[in-house]
Amino acid sequence: MAFFLEVLAWFPDHWSGTTGVARRVAQHVGYSSAASLLAVAIALPLGLAVGHTGKGGQLAINVANVGRAIPSFGIVILAFILAGINLVPVMVALVALAIPPIVTNTYVGIRSVDPEVRDAAEGMGMTGWQVLRRVELPVAMPLVMAGVRTATVQVVATATLAAFIGLGGLGRYIFDGLQVRDSVRVVAGALLVAALSLLTELLLAALQRTVVPRGLRDRAAAETTRAKTSAAAV
Amino acid sequence: MITFTGVTKRFRDGTTAVDDLNLEVPAGEVVVLVGPSGCGKTTTLRMVNRMVEPSNGTITVDGRDIMSVPAPQLRRGIGYVIQQVGLFPHRTVAANIATVPALVGWDKARVRARVDELIATVGLPAGVADRYPHQLSGGQRQRVGVARALAVDPPIMLMDEPFGAVDPIVRANLQDEFLRLQAEVRKTIVFVTHDIDEAITMGDRIAIFSQGGVLEQYAAPEQLLADPANAFVADFLGAERGLKRLALIPVSEVTAEPGPVVSPDDDGATAERVARAHGSDWVVVVAPDGRLRGWASLHELEPTTRMGDATVRPFALQVNDTDSLRAALNAMVTSRTGVAVRVDATGVYEGILTQELISKEIL
Amino acid sequence: MTAALAAAFFRWDWIGSHLDDIQSRLTEHVVLTVVPVAIGFVLAFPLALAAVRWPRLYGPLLGVTGVLFTIPSLALFVLLLPFTGLSRATAVIGLTTYTLLILVRNTVEGINGVPRDVREAAEAMGYTRLRRLLRVELPLAVPVILAGVRIATVTTIGLVTITAVIGQGGLGQLFIDGFIRRFPTPLIVGLVLSIVLAVAADLSLLAAQRWWTPWSRAGN
Repeated sequence: MAFFLEVLAWFPDHWSGTTGVARRVAQHVGYSSAASLLAVAIALPLGLAVGHTGKGGQLAINVANVGRAIPSFGIVILAFILAGINLVPVMVALVALAIPPIVTNTYVGIRSVDPEVRDAAEGMGMTGWQVLRRVELPVAMPLVMAGVRTATVQVVATATLAAFIGLGGLGRYIFDGLQVRDSVRVVAGALLVAALSLLTELLLAALQRTVVPRGLRDRAAAETTRAKTSAAAV
Repeated sequence: MITFTGVTKRFRDGTTAVDDLNLEVPAGEVVVLVGPSGCGKTTTLRMVNRMVEPSNGTITVDGRDIMSVPAPQLRRGIGYVIQQVGLFPHRTVAANIATVPALVGWDKARVRARVDELIATVGLPAGVADRYPHQLSGGQRQRVGVARALAVDPPIMLMDEPFGAVDPIVRANLQDEFLRLQAEVRKTIVFVTHDIDEAITMGDRIAIFSQGGVLEQYAAPEQLLADPANAFVADFLGAERGLKRLALIPVSEVTAEPGPVVSPDDDGATAERVARAHGSDWVVVVAPDGRLRGWASLHELEPTTRMGDATVRPFALQVNDTDSLRAALNAMVTSRTGVAVRVDATGVYEGILTQELISKEIL
Repeated sequence: MTAALAAAFFRWDWIGSHLDDIQSRLTEHVVLTVVPVAIGFVLAFPLALAAVRWPRLYGPLLGVTGVLFTIPSLALFVLLLPFTGLSRATAVIGLTTYTLLILVRNTVEGINGVPRDVREAAEAMGYTRLRRLLRVELPLAVPVILAGVRIATVTTIGLVTITAVIGQGGLGQLFIDGFIRRFPTPLIVGLVLSIVLAVAADLSLLAAQRWWTPWSRAGN
């Protein structure tokens, strides 16, 4: 109990300054949001293209499955050995980590649009682009957003490891603390990382509510779980 | 008018879905494509709006080759209704109906007015406009599908089993309303079904296809039933072909017999003479003003009884000139007299119909 | 030139002289995968059955396991330190926690995904609730449940690499060795082995599922 009081007391003393919480949070959020946005910019068009044309879908899913097996910790260290204390390779690793879930979910989301809905859209005279933009993407939105959520939360978690190779972010409290056996700092850092991850999840859940069309919302929850399960079974 | 000239569709796997089809769909008529599954009827329908592109031959709509128009533009001018409806789940009923008007750039006020009009036309309550598809019943979804296809008032409609996904009662309802609506709007309609009874009910003409996309016969329903071109068509029309045909012919097509008529003032002996002359053991009793009273059996008559005082039984079923001969046949088999009695709208007796008469005039 | 560069980057002789080390890291990794997934399944299965029986439990259950799943693994290990210290228990508890969401969700969805007509047929033929579960619903849910076990296993194999940070070995220790000595060979050996382990585990679980549920093969 006394230990946790110590942890609580740690926060006010380490709020500002070059190694302060505010700066570390800003770094962590900076890495994570840049990597996530970049990943969305790459993965969303890719998933839409694969889903809309139906070509290369199995390949995309297989690549994503192998991607899940690659340990990000190893990739971050590999980036360090190759490039030293350098943000770029770490960012590349974070982006690479975030792409597979977004591609897979977007692909599955687009493919799970009822064929007769697509048929009706084309039959009424929508061009391929209009079908994608006005029908497939909005209908796939619950799954697309689920993919973005999974990816972003993973990126926030993995960005912690950037500190292992001497970069900033909240991981610094954990790794520096472990080094000097300062368990108060380690636990404080872990609390911050956990809080940031949960906050990210909550914010994206709120974002999801606003971008998923209203007509899909009541059925969204049930169907997303179902599609996730079947996507997972692929 | 839609014209198919030498149209063939072969799919990449080598199967022939439609084989050298020549067919003309006259303006303002409902042409039903019917046949077993795999007969190419849906492929034929989908070639009209280029959802499937023909391998050979030409299809023209009002004289213009469909291949000369970009597919999206062509499709916006042709209403399209499919069995599973394919409503957009993320859009309200109003937005679904407004799909094509939005694509062709109508202004908001015009779209709104048209949506309201169509919701009423297809018999939906005004309140559904802001609902989402998953909040509707199956029948309501079908109606929204039809309204959506009618949105820009296209002269041509393609309907692929539009009532196939609802229960029989709702389907009969939708069919009736569709025919009433069609009588007003007079669209040129290509209608696909696998149900021959639906084809007979809905079609001005019926095209019967067999496996491999061969057109076996193309004719008006009555002609098809009267004179099937071959064994395939006869078999597809089913065992009760004669009854189905009778359902299409109104009573007015057959001249009624006068029948054994007596007045309430005649006596039993007169009635017996009239009946014998006609070859029956009953008479029809008709009042001096021409109204039908009913029928009386000779076995219950005394020679001196005045007919007005005798036992006169009403006919359980009567037909008039707009009823079908099938209804007349039904009246015959449910009456002890074995005939159907025909009256006009005010109940004035017009004569009797017998099976012999129907057979002689029709079959 | 290229060969020389490759030789500087990757030294085969290191592997030869460290076979024992590699083998013990691999064993640790396998143990740290199998034990948490097994414990996770033992915990998740009754929870999932409860959520099928009382659907009201499902939402809260998903919420709690979802929150646990969201906390980054490193943070979770560290938060356990004050209670269990730098021990094997810390690693096992943390890793088990991550399997719960996946295993609970797939088990519940697998059972609930049994077609209604099948369920009703079983009921109409006089199965009791328990017999129906054991004889009809669970067998039909096996593919989805095993898909959950596959995902949980592959995910855990990836997460085990982090346990090296809290001194519990596994292939992650090879990453740290490579980091400390700025020497890529152990790192690459660790990476390759963990990927091979994940793919091998995934494929053997898939094979087990196909053998176990012959009726679902045609559908794949």
